[in-house]
Amino acid sequence: MIGTYSYICQRMQPRILLNSKVLDITIKRLARQLIENHGDFENTVLIGLQPRGIQLADRLHAELKRVLSGAKIDLGYLDVSFYRDDFRRRDEPITVSETTIDFEIENKKVIMIDDVLYTGRTIRSGMDALMDFGRPKKVEFLVLIDRRFSRQLPIQADYVGRTVDSVVSERVDVNLDNEGHVVLKTIDDE
Amino acid sequence: MSNLSVDHLLGIKGLSREDIELIFTTADNFKDVINRPIKKVPSLRDITIANLFFENSTRTKLSFELAEKRLSADVVNFSASGSSLKKGETLIDTVNNILAMKVDMVVMRHPNPGAAVFLSRNVNSRIVNAGDGAHEHPTQALLDTYSIREKYGDVEGKKVVIVGDIVHSRVALSNIFALQKLGATVKVCGPQTLIPKYIEDLGVEVELDLRKALEWCDIANMLRIQLERQDIKYFPSIREYTMTYGVDAELLNSLSKEVTIMHPGPINRGVEITSDVADSDHAIILNQVENGVAIRMAVLYLLAEKIAR
Repeated sequence: MIGTYSYICQRMQPRILLNSKVLDITIKRLARQLIENHGDFENTVLIGLQPRGIQLADRLHAELKRVLSGAKIDLGYLDVSFYRDDFRRRDEPITVSETTIDFEIENKKVIMIDDVLYTGRTIRSGMDALMDFGRPKKVEFLVLIDRRFSRQLPIQADYVGRTVDSVVSERVDVNLDNEGHVVLKTIDDE
Repeated sequence: MSNLSVDHLLGIKGLSREDIELIFTTADNFKDVINRPIKKVPSLRDITIANLFFENSTRTKLSFELAEKRLSADVVNFSASGSSLKKGETLIDTVNNILAMKVDMVVMRHPNPGAAVFLSRNVNSRIVNAGDGAHEHPTQALLDTYSIREKYGDVEGKKVVIVGDIVHSRVALSNIFALQKLGATVKVCGPQTLIPKYIEDLGVEVELDLRKALEWCDIANMLRIQLERQDIKYFPSIREYTMTYGVDAELLNSLSKEVTIMHPGPINRGVEITSDVADSDHAIILNQVENGVAIRMAVLYLLAEKIAR
């Protein structure tokens, strides 16, 4: 356990949650967990949530294909802007991204993928958006970083890369460009 | 930038190029939505929209209503026939009475030019102009240019001729503004009597010869002859108009290039274009109608975003 004093000190500067090496191991481990439950992905599809979940979805998709030696795994991107519950309630306008799901999800097992699980509101709108494409057999949720104890809705992830404790004034920055890393920042660090 | 610079959609004239492009990218997403099994999103579920049509309309009214319902807004409809207007109520009174019933947005078509601008200054609501007399019809111009962008990838540098009754046409004026803002070149073509006198001041050229205009252009937007607005005779007969300014398959095939045919509807088949042209691969008339719903969804969505709670 970290003592209170050192805990506060650490808050002073950005804290690296996952460096590129640990990030790589985490993604590989998540892929293995998915394979344990979904085998060869014959009846399972991956859906990355726009805008920030799609890079993680791409990485996982590539890793799964590598392990399963080139098996065909469907990958789509879902934009939830029109389903958000904070339309007209936020200061910044919502920026809409593209939805590309060019396969049927009816009766499929769907794994929704996002980078950070915080209040749970994005994935709530994600589930609403997904249902408009059909009735999946099962929906699971994979997330790289779970900011626990900060949920505003009764939602939890099925697969978690790393669980962190954080406060409202902090932000998790996921960078998956090149090797990538994940950092916990205080918002006025920027 | 992902916010409109205006609070109402009164005409294309008041929009910036960035506004138009934002509406287009938003419409791309809505076009996706209306091609899904469930063609509906919940964005405007707490918004009520009144459609006030003081003039007849089928397509535009239907298109707006569909757009509103696909955004999950509550919709009330009003048309001039059978209303208290006949009893002498003023426009502001009519609209304020409707707004007193807690309506957030008004979509209005009106026979008087400037009715939408007038309303936006006098009542407290978002106004979408669905056509005001011979002034503007912004959503039509947006869906027309959007359809050109869809077919050619870009509007920039395209040559467009608008053929027919320019003087009575709000579609022509809005299209000229929209096309020019997006970098297209515009000519108008029609009988001299149906071309407004100082139209060159808008930066458009007048071409009286239909064949020359078609040889020049990439896209021809064929307007309807508005028989209901011909209070005096502008040309000797419909038959003569058709012979001089009607497009048929023979004329199109004799051109040295492919020309895309657009029409804002309703078509007078056999007057401005013949049936074989309207139903041919040259025509993108039904694409225009489909895009109309997506464009109107985008406009309503982006304006609703600016309503303070």
